This record gives sequence, C-alpha cells and structure tokens, in this order.
Amino acid sequence: MRIYLEHVTKSFPSQNRKEKRNVIAVNDFTYEIPDGTLTGLLGPSGCGKSTTLNLICGLETPTSGKIYFGDDDVTLLPPESRGVGIVFQNYALYPHLTVLENILFPLQNLKGPEKLSKAVMLDKAREAADLVQISRLLERRPKEMSGGQQQRVAIARALVKRPRVLLLDEPLSNLDARLRLQTREEIRRIQRETGITTVFVTHDQEEAMSISDQIVVMKEGIVQQIGKPQTVYDDPVNLFVAKFLGTPPVNVFSGEIRSGQLYLGQAPVLPFPGGRDGPVWVGIRPEGFVPSPDGPLVCSTRAVEVMGRDTSVVCTHPAAEAQIRAIISSEHDVSGDTVRFQLKPAKVHVFDRQSENRIYPA
Amino acid sequence: MRLRHLKGWLYLLPALLFLGCFMIYPLVDVLIYSLEEGYNSASQTYFGVGLYNFSYVLHDPYFLQAVKNTLLLVVITVPLSTGLALLISVQLSSIPKLRDLYQTVFFLPYVTNTLAVGLVFMILFKKTPYSDGMINALIHLFGGETVDFMDGPYWAKMLVTCLYTVWIVMPFKILILTSALASVNPDYYKVARVDATPRWRIFTKITLPMISPMIFYLIITGFIGAFKAYSDEVALFGVNLNAAGMNTIVGYVYDMLYGDSGGYPSYASAAALILFAIVLTITVINLLVSRKHVYYA
Amino acid sequence: MQKKSIAGRIVTYCLLTVWAVIVLFPFYWMILTSVKSYSAYNGEYVPAFYTLEPTMQNYVDAFSAVPLGRYFLNTMIYTAVTTLLMLVVVVLSAYAFARLNFFGRGAMFTLFLSLMMIPNELVVITNFVTMTNMHLRNTFTGLILPSVASVFYIYLLKENFEQVPEELYKAAKVDGTSDLKYLFKVMMPICQPTIVTIAILKIIECWNAYVWPRLITDQQAYFLVSNGIQEIRENGFGRENIPAMMAAVVVISVPLIILFLVFHKKIMEGVSRGGTKG
Repeated sequence: MRIYLEHVTKSFPSQNRKEKRNVIAVNDFTYEIPDGTLTGLLGPSGCGKSTTLNLICGLETPTSGKIYFGDDDVTLLPPESRGVGIVFQNYALYPHLTVLENILFPLQNLKGPEKLSKAVMLDKAREAADLVQISRLLERRPKEMSGGQQQRVAIARALVKRPRVLLLDEPLSNLDARLRLQTREEIRRIQRETGITTVFVTHDQEEAMSISDQIVVMKEGIVQQIGKPQTVYDDPVNLFVAKFLGTPPVNVFSGEIRSGQLYLGQAPVLPFPGGRDGPVWVGIRPEGFVPSPDGPLVCSTRAVEVMGRDTSVVCTHPAAEAQIRAIISSEHDVSGDTVRFQLKPAKVHVFDRQSENRIYPA
Repeated sequence: MRLRHLKGWLYLLPALLFLGCFMIYPLVDVLIYSLEEGYNSASQTYFGVGLYNFSYVLHDPYFLQAVKNTLLLVVITVPLSTGLALLISVQLSSIPKLRDLYQTVFFLPYVTNTLAVGLVFMILFKKTPYSDGMINALIHLFGGETVDFMDGPYWAKMLVTCLYTVWIVMPFKILILTSALASVNPDYYKVARVDATPRWRIFTKITLPMISPMIFYLIITGFIGAFKAYSDEVALFGVNLNAAGMNTIVGYVYDMLYGDSGGYPSYASAAALILFAIVLTITVINLLVSRKHVYYA
Repeated sequence: MQKKSIAGRIVTYCLLTVWAVIVLFPFYWMILTSVKSYSAYNGEYVPAFYTLEPTMQNYVDAFSAVPLGRYFLNTMIYTAVTTLLMLVVVVLSAYAFARLNFFGRGAMFTLFLSLMMIPNELVVITNFVTMTNMHLRNTFTGLILPSVASVFYIYLLKENFEQVPEELYKAAKVDGTSDLKYLFKVMMPICQPTIVTIAILKIIECWNAYVWPRLITDQQAYFLVSNGIQEIRENGFGRENIPAMMAAVVVISVPLIILFLVFHKKIMEGVSRGGTKG
C-alpha cells in the first residue's frame, strides 16, 4: 500500500501556558512512501518523527494537509478503520493476558460481517506466531519472556489482522546490543516475507541505515532529506544531516575559501574552483583521511586505537572544534606526535557558513 | 471531537451526581443554615440572617465543655500516639524475626468495630457494686486506690478516653512509620557504620530526617482525626455524652441535629463550621512549622 | 542498622510483646467474658482470667433476646450495595480522569481534589435534613446513597490507571477496541489489585459505619451492627448482662477479623498507600 502525505502539518498548543504560540511538531511534510518498502523516520528526539508516525496511524489528526493510503483519503479516519498495525517501544503487551490472548485480542474486536469464528481466529493467531517464530511460547505471559520475545509478540499482534501498513515506534531501543542486531534482521525478513509497507521511527542512524529501503531525516518538524541510506550518507544536503549520519560521526572544521582553494587553518587542502571566497564549514568523514608523508593537513596525535582491520586515529587540529577521528587502514604507521593527511575529495563536504547548506560537491 | 468531550462527561456523570447531591450542595447549604436565625425545621421558616447562631454556640456551656474535652484529647493523644508509634516502629524494624507476625497483630485494632471494642474497654475499666473490674483489680494488686473510670472523676474519664483513642489510632501510625523506615536506603546506614557513627546519632541525624515527611503527615492527620473524635466517646460513655461531661465538638454537632436535644440544624451548622475553621487553622500552622523542620527528598 | 547486643534485643522483644498484649487483651477479654455464664461472671468480685466452664448460652441469648441476625443482614445488604455502587462510580470516573481527554477535565479534577479536604461533619447536616424531608429515614435508600461517593478512592484508582502505559491504550485503539471494552478487558484486570483493595477498605468502612446510620435510622428493623451494639448497650439484655453483650460484640467483630486474616497483606498495603481511619 502506497502512503502519500500531502502538505501535512501538525501543531500542538504550547505546554507552557505563558507562551501562547503553538508548537509545530510536523511542518509541511510532503512525501510518498512506495508500496512494499521499509522506510525509516530518523532524527534526534523531539524532531517530530513520532508525531509523523502517529499521524499515519491515525492516533493524531493533522492540523492541515492530507494523508492517503493508496487512493483513499484516510486523513480523518480513526486508526481502527485504517487497517494499520503498530508496535510501540515498550511493546504495550497486555500484561494480564497470555501471548496467544494478546495476539487474538485485535481479532476479537472485529464486529458484524468481519466477525471471525473461533477456529479461524486461532488459525490466524498461530500463523502470525509462526511468522515471528514464537509458536512455542503461546501460553506464556509477557513478564515471563525476554525483551526480544516480547518484541516478536508485539509484531505478531500488529500483523494478525493483515494490516495494510505496519508502523514500528523505536522498535529496537529497549533491546541490548546483541539482540538489536538480530532483531533488526528479523524485522527486515518479516517485512520482505509479508510485503507490507512498513514505517519505523528511530533515533539511531545506524539502525535506520542498515535495514531501510529509504530514510527520512527530520529536524524540528522539518524534513531535511529523503533518500536511499547510502545516497543520504554520501550526499548530505546540509551540515545537520552530515553530522547526524555515520559512526564515528563526521569531523567538522571551520574552513575558508580563498582564491580557488579550500583552506583549513593556513594549509590549502583541496582545490576549490569557482567558489565565492569566505568562511565555510567543512565536514570530513573519518574514512576520508589518508596518511601521507607530504599530506597538507597536519594534525597532533592524541591516541591511536587499534581495531584490527582498521586503526582509529584520534587527533586535534586548530581549525576543528572537537577532536578528530580518522579511520585508516592498519598498514599505515602513525607513531609520532604529528600525522599528515591527504583527503579523499568524495568524503569532503563543504557547507555554507550561514545557511549550513551544502555547496560542495555542488 | 464533540463526541469525545461528551463521552468524558458521561463517564464522570455518576460521580458528579453523587458528589453534587451529597457533598457540593450540602456544603453550600450548611453555610446558609449557619446564617439563618431561628430556623424551625418543622415549618422550615426563619426570621433573620446573621451571626446569631455562631454567638449562641460560642456561649453554650455544653459547647465550651466539648471544646475543652476535644482540645485535651488532641493535645494528649497526638504526641503520645505518634511518639509511641515511632518507638514501636523503630523496634519493629530492627528485629530480624517475627516482624510480620507482630505487624499483623499490631494492625488488628484498625479492622475492628470501634463501638464494639469500646464496650470491652468500658467493662475493663468499669467499677460496679458487684465488681471492681479488671483494671481496678490490677491497681488494687499494686496497692493503688481504686477509682471508677466510667462514672467517676473527670481526669479518670479523660484518661480512659485517651487510652482508647491511642489504642485505636496506633495501627495506622505504626503501619505508616514502619513502611517509611523500610524505604530508607540501607546504604546510608552502611556509610554511617563505616564512619563509626553512634546509634543514637544515626537515629537523630539520618533516620528521623529521612522519615520526617511521614511523621509530619501523621501529625496532621492525627490532629484532624482527633478533632473529629466522636464515636470512640459514644462507645465508652453512651450516646448521652453531655450527661457524662465527655462530649466532643462533633458530638455537639450531632446532638444539636438529632436526638433528645436535637432539631437545630442552624446551631449544628454553626458548630460544624467553627470546627472546620479550627482544623483548617491548625493544619495551616502545621504546614508553616513543617517548612522549617521537614526534610523533603 | 547496627547489630544490637543480646540485652538490647531482649528489651526490644519485650517491648513489642507488651504492646502485642495490650492490643490482644481486649479481644481475649471479650471472648473470655462471652463464654462465662451470667451467674459466674457476676459472682466474681475480682474477675478471673480464665474459665473452666465455658458456655455457649450467651450466644444463644445474643441472637434471641435482640434481633442480632437482623442487624447482621442489614449490615451485609448495606455493605454490599454501597460497595458495588461505589465501585461503578469510582471506576468510571477514574477512567475518565486517567484516559479520556475532554473539555474541563483539569478543572473537574481540581474540584474533586479539593472535595477531599471537606470533612464529613459539614455535609452530614444537610444530608440529614434532605433525607428527612424526602421521607427516606429508615430506608436502605437513605442509608446507602450518601455513603457511596468516595473522592479519595477515585484519586487512588486514577493514579493506578495512569501507571498503565499509554501505549496499551493506543494499541487497543488501533485494534478498534471501544473505550468500555478496553476498560473492562484491559484496565480493570491490570489494576485488579487496587480495585480489590479499594473494595476491602470500603467494606471495612461500611461495616464500622456508625454516625450516618444512627442519624438516619431509629427503627431496629434498619439498624446496622454498630447501632445494634449501641442499642444493646443502652437497653438490651438488661444493663448488667455483660456476658451476653460480649457475645454480641464477638459476633459482630468476627467477620471483619476473618476478612483481615485472609487479606491482611492487601489491606495493610492499601492502607499504607494512603487510607485513613474513618
């Protein structure tokens, strides 16, 4: 099912009584989520990603704009009439019901012609349980299961009605690191197997990058960039997106353009033809540094962390606000107080000092 | 959207009906009653509006006696029961075994019918021509002078009342204090022990400040409860409390309303409002004092 | 706490035991007296601490000389109906405050909270006059209606309802669950311990109710146990038949004590969460 958001805006009355202004959680969001894809809504907390999810779900109605599922306008439909399934961060399993009863719960709400016989309900519940591989746990209660198992039950409950759209709110945040890796593969598999259009919300860029077909990066209610994970990583439209994606994060320098050259401190590091002279922000990915005896960028080494395949060099440079982290191949020798770097042009992004929009690569 | 608001009010409707009829309306009404002079409940007429009812009540010797009794009761039982409960709770928290058993036993008076056990107290303390009663027998055993606690001198009757009141209010206080004590993080005690802090100092400098909000809560509810004393006295001395000289303010209110001397809702309202004013004042004073002495985590 | 010396520990146990004796002694005395025969009791100038000839005659007297069974039945009806009505009112309004979002919710809740400070004594006067004027004296309606509303329990249950994660409500909404079904199928089972606690506290309150029943009833046919015991004290058995009186006292105390022994954990937990006496 294709989801189409058309100029969707959601504002809330301000919590602060003295301030009469409304808080805009989502500002003029227009975007089409193609049928059968897995889309990650990504951003720091308070960026409006959860509100967007609630709008798609129908738990909130937009202040203005329209939402379509396929060709149906669902803007004013309540959640139960939209055919959506949702999984919350804390799973929201009913603690007093067993796994089976939890999965059956949505089916038991169906009324009138949609009403199912007991046997059919059981079949459907078993099928959903099979899909997420919890068939052996049907008699347990939520408390008696691990976080990962609870997560699966929640997904099964969301899927049992065969929703047109599956929504996941921070699905992995409550899991420990090892389970997180495993579960995100699981989510990917389930999504592929069912082919249900899935939208999930996360603040963890790594999580979003690893499984999404597309990611939507948001900041303060405004969509910053939409695209395939790799595209957004390689071509961030502004400094915020560049900083938000990637671990370790991008290294930010304050640089300057002078007569066709990009300067970091006093050293010209890259040719920069055609740009206007003036101060800029420069973001360099950790993998954009290549040690070289006559490299133009001279940094003071603070620490060298050996990680096996790679080596992480922590160093400082007068033009950088914080410590720089460079990931280099472990073949290089970086002993000594200073290290000189060449830069890979594709890993360097230059942003306007005022607007913070990208000006290189143009 | 409309529907949503309507639904909320619909769920609230039963509560609103009950509270409106039996709390909010009476609250307004009691003010009106207290200002209507010469209200006659048979003909439901009155001849004027003013503060006469308050003045009548304040000059009624029965009311003054009731105020005196109530104040004495408050001043004696609140500190006594709170202190005793603190002592017992601290001891209770320090024992490793049988704690649950003691705690359950100590709570028993909470679930008993006040009127019923009051009768038992009465026969324990009563002195009749046929028998001195249990307590007097004990006093006699230790060489004391027997006294009729139920029909004798004022101090004796007040003593029984205070004892019974303390007996009744202790379970609640012990329960609250033991759970307050249990909630103090044991790490504080460990640290204090490492610093070789003497036990008394641990109690006054760590335990007491930590549980001071609960002690304060008990003092406030204790004051309010003691000011509203009534059924304990009925249990001991019977419904005619004025005759026994042991009436309380609340007892005075009900006597004015109903019974042999009843039929004066205006006087009852005035007395109830005076009681409310006293309780409110004392609670506010308590709150002000506590600002200085209570430690809120 | 620091380890106490053996002597300190002995002092502690002695103190606790003394208080336990003070608490238990009246109960012992009432049971003891209730099984002494009338003549034996009145023959003791110095009361005996035990009896070798227990008799059940006093219990027979208690039920035959005064309508103790009637009082019992009345109290049960009063307690059951009041508690049930209270639960309906409290559950619905607690749910409205905890989960429904409607205009005026905040203001209403503030009003409810401020009602908690109003002492019963202030409103009893008008209720008494109202009930008298409506000719509801000596009826169960008059007994029950003013006893139903309990703002404090609404508050207690609302707090508990709010601890149920909001996501559960959202998930149920997405599945098309109606509010009423959500309340009965999800909220009430999850919050069952609190609901049971509230019910038990209300039962205790009803069983011990004295002031309102005394004002509103003056016919024995409508007396509750508290009024019954008062009536027995003033007029029953002849003033001096103390053993029969004690038998009646035992009989009306037993149901609550059994309730307490069965539910003592729940009751104590509920009371420590904010109950007050009376």
